[in-house]
Amino acid sequence: MSTSELRIMRGREWSRPVRPARREVLSAVPELEEGRPPLLFVPGFGHGAWAFAEHWLGHAASRGFPAYAVSLRGHGASEPAPEATLRAYAHDVVQVAASLPRQAVLVGHGAGALVVAHALARYPARGAVLVAPVFGGWGVLGAALRRNPAGTLPAVFGGPLRLNRGQLFSRELPDEEARRYVGRLGRAGRRAQWALLGEPEAEPAVGAPPVLVLGSPDDRVVPASTLTRVARRYGSAPLLFPGMGHDLMLDARWAEPIDAILDWLEKEPAAH
Amino acid sequence: MSTSTDHGRPDPEATSPAANSDGRPVSDRGDTVCVIGAGASGLTAIKNLREHGFGVDCYERETGVGGAWNWRHDRSPVYASTHLISSKPFTQFPDFPMPDSWPDYPHHGQVLSYFERYADHFDLRSHIWFGTEVIRVQPVEGDRWDVTTRSTGGYGPERTARYAAVVIANGHNWSPKLPRYEGLEQFRGEIMHASSYKDPAQLRGKRVLVVGAGNTGCDIAVEAAQQASRCWHSTRRGYWYAPKYVLGRPADQVNDTLLALRVPLRVRQWLYHWTLRLTVGDLTRFGLPKPDHRVYETHPIANSQLVYYVGHGGIGPVPDVARFHPYAVELADGREIDPEVVVFATGYLPRFEFLDASVFGDSAGAGRPTLWLNAFTPGHPTLAVAGLLQPDSGLFTLSHWQTVLFARLLQARRDRPERAAAFAQRVRDRAGERYSGPVKESSRHWFEVGHADYLRAIQRALVELEGK
Repeated sequence: MSTSELRIMRGREWSRPVRPARREVLSAVPELEEGRPPLLFVPGFGHGAWAFAEHWLGHAASRGFPAYAVSLRGHGASEPAPEATLRAYAHDVVQVAASLPRQAVLVGHGAGALVVAHALARYPARGAVLVAPVFGGWGVLGAALRRNPAGTLPAVFGGPLRLNRGQLFSRELPDEEARRYVGRLGRAGRRAQWALLGEPEAEPAVGAPPVLVLGSPDDRVVPASTLTRVARRYGSAPLLFPGMGHDLMLDARWAEPIDAILDWLEKEPAAH
Repeated sequence: MSTSTDHGRPDPEATSPAANSDGRPVSDRGDTVCVIGAGASGLTAIKNLREHGFGVDCYERETGVGGAWNWRHDRSPVYASTHLISSKPFTQFPDFPMPDSWPDYPHHGQVLSYFERYADHFDLRSHIWFGTEVIRVQPVEGDRWDVTTRSTGGYGPERTARYAAVVIANGHNWSPKLPRYEGLEQFRGEIMHASSYKDPAQLRGKRVLVVGAGNTGCDIAVEAAQQASRCWHSTRRGYWYAPKYVLGRPADQVNDTLLALRVPLRVRQWLYHWTLRLTVGDLTRFGLPKPDHRVYETHPIANSQLVYYVGHGGIGPVPDVARFHPYAVELADGREIDPEVVVFATGYLPRFEFLDASVFGDSAGAGRPTLWLNAFTPGHPTLAVAGLLQPDSGLFTLSHWQTVLFARLLQARRDRPERAAAFAQRVRDRAGERYSGPVKESSRHWFEVGHADYLRAIQRALVELEGK
């Protein structure tokens, strides 16, 4: 890591701190404290903490990991924030991470992975997991426009981004459940949505945490090439779960990726 | 061989049979780094050294973390009402923010809980030996250090351990500086240094003279104005009393907007004077002396209430004290006043009683070492001082980056010795450098730094150490 990128002076952040917003944090904590690092799940745009409360929080807790999920401002039951920026989202994540009793592992999904990447520059996480990371760029926009033009085009002009069932889930997920999940989706702030197109790359992570990237080659939001590119940035290869949709934590075979994450955490020496 | 990550108590039996110059056994701690003190700077030193892969033994004379900010500690200078004078973004560690729910200027109790949470969050306590004071730090061959410790209070045997490097983070706000006055011994009233002032009840219903216009002196004067039957506030010169809020926002955040834009000092001073004229106004009307310097030339005083209480008559501004009489205090202008209690808010002096002053190039022993970046000593590449700074802002951010720089220097000594050697040369060349505009000479202002100037200097040092 080159220090020319290590930023000490943050005049703008110091003089204009992010305005606080009430945050929703859901949690599932193991009955017995086993000294495992806490996990903080960060949902992607449109999703709230509920997306992890469905399966992953409880499953992580049952394997001994204290598990928390935050709703970024403007999502879930957190305070409405139509003008939220990527910086405000990263602030929310760092605030919750620093409030946990011990050094946390950050797990970001979708655009939440980009928020985590930004948060990693401001908080020395014990480790990070990027699930189906949406790091933005014109390629992602092109793919979304091809698959779901009606849901994507308004977002380019500041309207809501509406993802559909086909983008998020595999066919294995029962229709009724998929409809329920899609019905719960909200939207990110327009400034944060635009940031996906033109935001500078996240600064390097502080404290050199180990980073795991995973996703599905059949994800209709994140192309497999993006997974490889993001993983390479963190010096590894992506872990793939074929046949799953973008929302790995809600799709029919949700247990496989979370088990892989927890196995990785148990093995990764730096993540203890 | 001892491993760097092993954090057992240094155990004389299990280690190599090294001995120090007195022939006493020394336990060799290998690559482990010794940190002296578990206050703000010591804690961030432990965390950053651990993060860079070093083993750490920290010695703390008290039984808890937080150093000066832990009011239970006998060396703590805080009093019941102490609040931060820099707002949260300038105060917190850059990678561990204070909670959003806290006010702009947290109370000292919140600051202590912040350090306790920091220590727990990063699991630092297992590296700290509480109730252990360092009595001697001696350089030995190979740029290593023999650190001799014993239980606080002088009980128990002394033990010596050898370390690869030492971070001195013993604080500089615990050894009171008491000025000399003619006749002070004969004075029949009560005399205390601000370090022993804890609670406004100590002043209730009494006639009080507060000496000193630092932030502490002003705070105590404001409390005396509300509790004492009479309060005089004696200052050597006129000062700029900056309000804590300007334009509805913490004043330091407004100021840093200008710093971020790199507005030149003269323009900032002019803007600052202009803002103060609008908000605080002409202080000589209140009987306060006119400042003999421009803003940014002394340590800033952030106190919105002092002028308010002067205006209410609760505080009577008086000049310097000339001499003490048994029942009166004579002032520089010849007036006599009759306080029952005199509080000297005259500051503190840094002290390194465990270290031979010559190591620091401070042969006079005046507690005034010659350092580069206020942290690095010429000729001792494995020694660093953390937190020996009087910033115009919060200290913790600065200590954080100092210790990151030191951790990376230690890494460079191992991996890229030629870079570490070049760094050592820069330490020799630039020792004594200052990081602020011109400041008034005083025993506290020699380590006064402007936070922006200082952090930019650290950034440059990091780039020089590791850049292309």
